[in-house]
Amino acid sequence: MSHVGGLPIRVRRSRKVDPRLVRLFGWLVLGALLRLMTVTAEGTSTDHLLVIDAAFKSTALIGWLVAGLVVWVLTELWHARKVGALVTARTTGVRQQWHAVAGRALSRRAALLAVVVAAIVLPQFLSEFYQRVLVDQVAVFVLLAVGLNVVVGWAGLLDLGYVAFFAIGAYTCAYFTGALPVTPLFTLNPFVVLPVAVVVCLVAGLLLGAPTLRLRGDYLAIVTLGFHEIVQLFLVNKNNWTGGNQGVSRPVPHFTINLLGIHYKWTLASLPYWFLFIGMLAIVVILFSRLEHSKVGRSWTAVREDEVAAAANGVPTVKYKLMAFAIGASTSGLAGVLYASRLGYINPASFPVVLSISVLSYVIFGGMGSIIGVIAGSALLTFLPAVFQEQNIVRQEDIPMWIGAILVTMMLFRPQGLIPSRRRKRELRLASEGVADADAMSEAPEGRTG
Amino acid sequence: MCLSQHFWQFLVPGITLGCLYALIAIGYTLVYGVLQLINFAHSEIFMTGGFAGLFMVQALTNVGVVPSGAQSWLIMFAGISCGALFGGIVAFLLERVAYRPLRRRNAPRLIYLITAIGASLFLFNLAGKLFGRDKVNIPAIYTNGVVFTVFGAQVRVQQLIIVCTAVFMMLMLDLLVNRTKLGSGIRAVAQDSQTASLMGVNINRVISQTFVIGGVLGGAAGFLFGTYLNVHYQMGFLPGIKAFAAAVLGGIGNIRGAMIGGLLLGIVESLSQSCMSSQWIDVVAFVVLILVLMFRPTGILGQRLGRAA
Repeated sequence: MSHVGGLPIRVRRSRKVDPRLVRLFGWLVLGALLRLMTVTAEGTSTDHLLVIDAAFKSTALIGWLVAGLVVWVLTELWHARKVGALVTARTTGVRQQWHAVAGRALSRRAALLAVVVAAIVLPQFLSEFYQRVLVDQVAVFVLLAVGLNVVVGWAGLLDLGYVAFFAIGAYTCAYFTGALPVTPLFTLNPFVVLPVAVVVCLVAGLLLGAPTLRLRGDYLAIVTLGFHEIVQLFLVNKNNWTGGNQGVSRPVPHFTINLLGIHYKWTLASLPYWFLFIGMLAIVVILFSRLEHSKVGRSWTAVREDEVAAAANGVPTVKYKLMAFAIGASTSGLAGVLYASRLGYINPASFPVVLSISVLSYVIFGGMGSIIGVIAGSALLTFLPAVFQEQNIVRQEDIPMWIGAILVTMMLFRPQGLIPSRRRKRELRLASEGVADADAMSEAPEGRTG
Repeated sequence: MCLSQHFWQFLVPGITLGCLYALIAIGYTLVYGVLQLINFAHSEIFMTGGFAGLFMVQALTNVGVVPSGAQSWLIMFAGISCGALFGGIVAFLLERVAYRPLRRRNAPRLIYLITAIGASLFLFNLAGKLFGRDKVNIPAIYTNGVVFTVFGAQVRVQQLIIVCTAVFMMLMLDLLVNRTKLGSGIRAVAQDSQTASLMGVNINRVISQTFVIGGVLGGAAGFLFGTYLNVHYQMGFLPGIKAFAAAVLGGIGNIRGAMIGGLLLGIVESLSQSCMSSQWIDVVAFVVLILVLMFRPTGILGQRLGRAA
């Protein structure tokens, strides 16, 4: 207490806790949390303390706490610029050399070629289980992620109903191949359904995007989330059309080619489907990478970095946002057709809302805006869970929890992703300095911009 | 025709549900007011409140015995407070762990939204892992009898408790925001955070307190919702989206707007039950949301608290 003119004035002295101790506490809590997350027990609705007991009343907890302590010591040493400076100094030369080699067009092409060859050759040596994982999980989600990358990575829009278009594509395929309870106007080969589904999803995307893309970008997120829910409800409740929860009434046929003397029929075997998927993926990737540096791609960049400035310079912002949204939707529809025909059976439970968020996390993890990053990220995040599940390390139900944790961790520590796009990385840095934007989330400019 | 038949029978549950939506919507609107962000993880705060209240009630009641009298009142109060407390704690932690580092870095809005979605996914799946993935009913705290009837519609104890609690909390919030120093801090940050900080408002503390207030209301709503239906690890998802729709309907960033919007949405949703089969009910909120966004994006009362300009 000090006194000014006889009046007592309480001086509030804020006691600062040593930030190092705060960080220690943080690491210890993180250790305990990881223990909780990695425990194999699964809760029941009758005994609510089961998992907490299993996690904390065991010696494994000490291991995690010690790990937290070790990490704390290491990071403190690093921050004290003893180890950090040393390591940075030692590796600078190596990193510069690496960047010089990696930056050369020739080495990038060689790497690309190596990846393509590996994608063709390696799956032949895998077991049947992993081949199936490659087709049903990796290939489908890589294709989905590449499409979502256009929306999130390039146009800077947040689409949380992305998998709804996947469902629409899949059910369009089921409809035109006669797998649904309703008799279609005409039955088609799945190959012919591909363009039809693309158009259907394009139109659906336009219909959904047109009223919402004129508004603040973050409304889009919640409207698309709602859209996904509506599509789900439709699939579940219109059971005389869609078969309801039971799904399709007859299996969706596999792809067949019967053209110009070539006869081929895809079957349950995984490898032929794998080649079909990577063929489609190659087409999509080539198209999109051409698009990225075209007028359209540059317009997306402009809209993302500063929507008002873009509009002022004559870029019809709503048109380009709508275009990105529709292109994303149609890619999702394409993947839906492939998925439906590959599995032969679909039901509404194949397209939960969580799936949209998962695909989003693949894009973020890989590095939004960078096609290579997105492919690598989604391949990793779909293949690894399958491995963990096969080895009984992580339960299937816990995978969304890990996805959520990865999403938060990435956003906090490496928002540019695993293999960042150089442009996106720069935007995120500039945005943190308060210079530009890195998304199309602010208020859309007034006036006629469509 | 469809409206006239059971109007009052549908209005009463509509008001009940609407009060709950309003409580959740306030959480969205408060955070939107100070940060101009949709807090996607708010639905998980709601879920936390439900579970916390459930455990409290389970600890206080004996299996198979329905308490009565003062005991009911106490247990109900304990449940609501426990839900509110844990809702507030989770909201506080969420702001500290997920939002504050981003704010310090001045991250773009996309990053915030993705973080919040990740946090939401993490939290509800963690709850599923810890507490099981089945729906759990909160044990009966009181005998849910009919108190009175309005035009043939029965009003039950439960509905009365929910409405009274919600209205009380909303009144308190209104006083808090309009009459106290903290409230004027919140309003100042919502109008112009830079100027507010020049005037000596501690922005970080105000934002933190705003999250806690929203969390307290959301957590209490979670428990009340749990007594109304059940507690489930995904219970936050649909009420969360609907409450957001309600917040937009009333004018996002506007607290009184969120109250009115929530009430209206609950009533509209319930009344439309008399016109269509109940499996399509969840569509109503989204249709309302899209219509509002198309024709009056500023909502009924306008975005007063949020964007000053």
